Amino acid sequence: MNLALSCTALSKKFGEISALQNINIDVERGELFGVIGPDGGGKTTLFRILATLLIPDDGDAQVLGFDSIKDYLSIRKRIGYMPGRFSLYHDLTVKENLQFYSSVFKVDIEKNYGMIASVYDQLKPFANRRAGKLSGGMKQKLALSCALIHKPELLILDEPTTGVDAVSRIEFWNTLDSLKEDGMTILVSTPYMDEANRCDRIAMIQKGELLYVDSPKSLIDNYSEPLFAASSLDRFVLLNRLEQVPWIDLVYLCGQEVHFVLRDVKHDKLLEYFKKNEWGDVTISQIQPTVEDCFISLMKTR
Amino acid sequence: MQTNNTAIIEVENLVKRFGTFTANDNLTFKVYAGEIFGFLGANGAGKTTTIRILSGLSKPTEGIVKVVGFDAMKQSESIKKNIGYMSQRFSLYDDLTVIENIRLFGGIYGLSNKEIRNRSDELVKDLGIENLRKRLVGDIPLGWKQKLAFSIAIIHRPKLIFLDEPTGGVDPLTRRQFWELIYRVAKQGTTVFVTTHYMDEAEYCDRICVLADGQIKALGEPSNLKHEYQVTSIDELFYRIVKGEDRV
Amino acid sequence: MRSFTSFVIKEFHHIFRDRKTLIVLFGIPVVQILIFGYVITNNFKDIGIAVMDQSNDIHSKGIQSKVFSSGYFIYKGAIRSEKEIESKFQRGDIRAVLVFPSKFTSDIEGSGSSEIQIITDASDPNLANTVVNYLSGIVRQYQVQKLGNGLQKSMMVVETRMLFNESLKGAYMFVPGTMALILLLICALLTSISVAREKELGTMEVLLVSPLRPAQIILGKVMPYVGLGFINAIVILLMGTLVFQLPISGSLILLMAELLLYIVLSLSLGIFISTMAPNQQVAMFISLFALMLPAVLLSGFIYPIENMPLVLQWLSYIIPPRWFIIIVKDIMLKGNGLEYIWDETLILTGMTVIFIIASIRKFKIRLEG
Repeated sequence: MNLALSCTALSKKFGEISALQNINIDVERGELFGVIGPDGGGKTTLFRILATLLIPDDGDAQVLGFDSIKDYLSIRKRIGYMPGRFSLYHDLTVKENLQFYSSVFKVDIEKNYGMIASVYDQLKPFANRRAGKLSGGMKQKLALSCALIHKPELLILDEPTTGVDAVSRIEFWNTLDSLKEDGMTILVSTPYMDEANRCDRIAMIQKGELLYVDSPKSLIDNYSEPLFAASSLDRFVLLNRLEQVPWIDLVYLCGQEVHFVLRDVKHDKLLEYFKKNEWGDVTISQIQPTVEDCFISLMKTR
Repeated sequence: MQTNNTAIIEVENLVKRFGTFTANDNLTFKVYAGEIFGFLGANGAGKTTTIRILSGLSKPTEGIVKVVGFDAMKQSESIKKNIGYMSQRFSLYDDLTVIENIRLFGGIYGLSNKEIRNRSDELVKDLGIENLRKRLVGDIPLGWKQKLAFSIAIIHRPKLIFLDEPTGGVDPLTRRQFWELIYRVAKQGTTVFVTTHYMDEAEYCDRICVLADGQIKALGEPSNLKHEYQVTSIDELFYRIVKGEDRV
Repeated sequence: MRSFTSFVIKEFHHIFRDRKTLIVLFGIPVVQILIFGYVITNNFKDIGIAVMDQSNDIHSKGIQSKVFSSGYFIYKGAIRSEKEIESKFQRGDIRAVLVFPSKFTSDIEGSGSSEIQIITDASDPNLANTVVNYLSGIVRQYQVQKLGNGLQKSMMVVETRMLFNESLKGAYMFVPGTMALILLLICALLTSISVAREKELGTMEVLLVSPLRPAQIILGKVMPYVGLGFINAIVILLMGTLVFQLPISGSLILLMAELLLYIVLSLSLGIFISTMAPNQQVAMFISLFALMLPAVLLSGFIYPIENMPLVLQWLSYIIPPRWFIIIVKDIMLKGNGLEYIWDETLILTGMTVIFIIASIRKFKIRLEG
């Protein structure tokens, strides 16, 4: 009973399209587990199966020790679920939304307020505002409060930070950290690679397939290619030039730099090449990959 | 990059009020021709309001706003003809094919049939999606859809294009391909005005402007701003600036 | 129970905060009734009637005096033979002929029943129908007054003949028709849209994952609309009776019970539609095309069913308003009791049961099968 979640050979098709193929994931209790991958990659389908909203075609999912098909009612009582679109009633006020969800889950707001205090306190000044008039960040906080009000054992958050600004995203992840400290298991999906760093472990899903499951650290440690960052005044020209270099495999923009993987040769040879071609202002240095670099590399090699 | 000193957007003391609420509080900035201009801000900081005014959809309460040489107060129709616009929320019709979408928007922007034919061939070839021509847009992957939407938004060769969160929800690889497209049109002289929540994308811009509380809090080249605020990334800069804001 | 009550309260919030829809909901029936009512009452005074009285006795004279003192009808002379009838109609002097058989009073007092015939000019079917209804009403009233509401209810049998358009039987009665349409609109269209809205917003996902049972979700959605529908029906009835003096001849309780039955049927239809519709647009589309259009065209509300091609007549059998309109007309205008409308009632009940079972079968505890 130590596992909060256990998926074995999960598969799901919609018509011809395979949304999930043979997914195996175990999540321990108390873990902050991230699922990353592009839109349409299968994250939402996986989460809906775990929230008992979809039945897999194949395989088996255990959630908090219950079977996702047979014991769906036991699961539904114990999880908090926040779907991709913030599930709020736009014509109800902030307070009414919270009251509604608390009564649906048959809990007392006062009694469970401690659970949501850190999030909801920021919303209090707007308690009588209609939810439809809130900004993205505030909607997200309200939706989280509503998903937490019944003290779930497992929190399933489907892309909670999409469309939310960078500051709200950071605050949101701080909240997740403190929930985790209180012992909650959290399953969260995101298209932002930087957020993956804050998870205990991450699973990468693309086109329905599981590319990788491990901690962000070992993902980075396992990155075996020599990764370089180049910079120059005109990044676009630099990018196009680097794409022509024979020993370079993977070239992409990253902030103000261009990242690339160098194969077979040492980097002085590359500098020589630059000199020969009169690319005077290019500077390069070998760098540590980030989760994003790892993801791009995984995607490319697939 | 290819910037020169011709201002394509000139905003002076722009104020926009909704009742007692001030969405844009005395904004003054210029965007130069050929520039990639990043417009950043928290949700509800007033970005959308500004973009609506700049693209001729809404009128300023006070101030002078000139876009591609036209006055936003009086000549909003002329502005609309000379700009492109693409948003993540609405871009293409899912139930039309790729080629039908191109024709539709070509027609909306008043291109002749011949121009539409030439440009759609060119566009499809540039994107390398000849095999998707007859597919419904709803059936092609999101990454392609966004690249297509972008190409269609500039089908009438506007001097200026607005991109409102163009890369939301897209994988890192496709986002980069998208930015390569942006660079390409900027190279050709089109000015790009872009908003994003990805702070690494902010670093792709020539200049950025950070909006908070309806006011401009920072404006300049990313590297200069980072130096000025003594931070290592725009992410950090943004957090520092916006954190002090009383957001709704 | 607490979660259920708060669900219902939430629904009321949705309804009352959507002012525009609310105004439309209560505005449509009022305007519709006023328009129809005006068109009809405007024509309906000083209607020329000829009398062919073959008995000339107490009751035939009594009825005539009641008819011509009502204000609706004008006496246009007596007719002695059947041959005169058609020529009188053709001259356009009269709209109806009232025919009393010979030995009218003695038959009633003797064998206990007799027949009055109303012959109308049905080239204007709406007017003809109204004339018949008014005349029958007056005869019935006379019977109750003079003979008491005694043993035999139908001592004076009113027989109608529609000249020039004999097949016309479907009534153009705006109150039952408007009621049938509005209730369908509120109960089916609005419930299906409100369920579809939750699917669109993503709130349905959370509701499904919550401890609320599907039955509670459905009931919670339905309850406010039962109330709304009932209030609307009563507004329509009040307008019909107060503004246009329409009679409610039959039992009010029976009428209310049938109303409730029809509301529940419409709601079950609405829920059924919402189980099929993924979003508000589709819900609206299905409601309008699968419900509203047939309800307007095939229910007999506007076009008489008897004049339709046979295929459409068969089709009209599955249109709930068709039966409801008959029921309401029977109760309100003819004063009939359940014994006359039990088959229509049974059909509506059957339909309700079918749709409720189908909805429960189709309502998903998950997002898809």
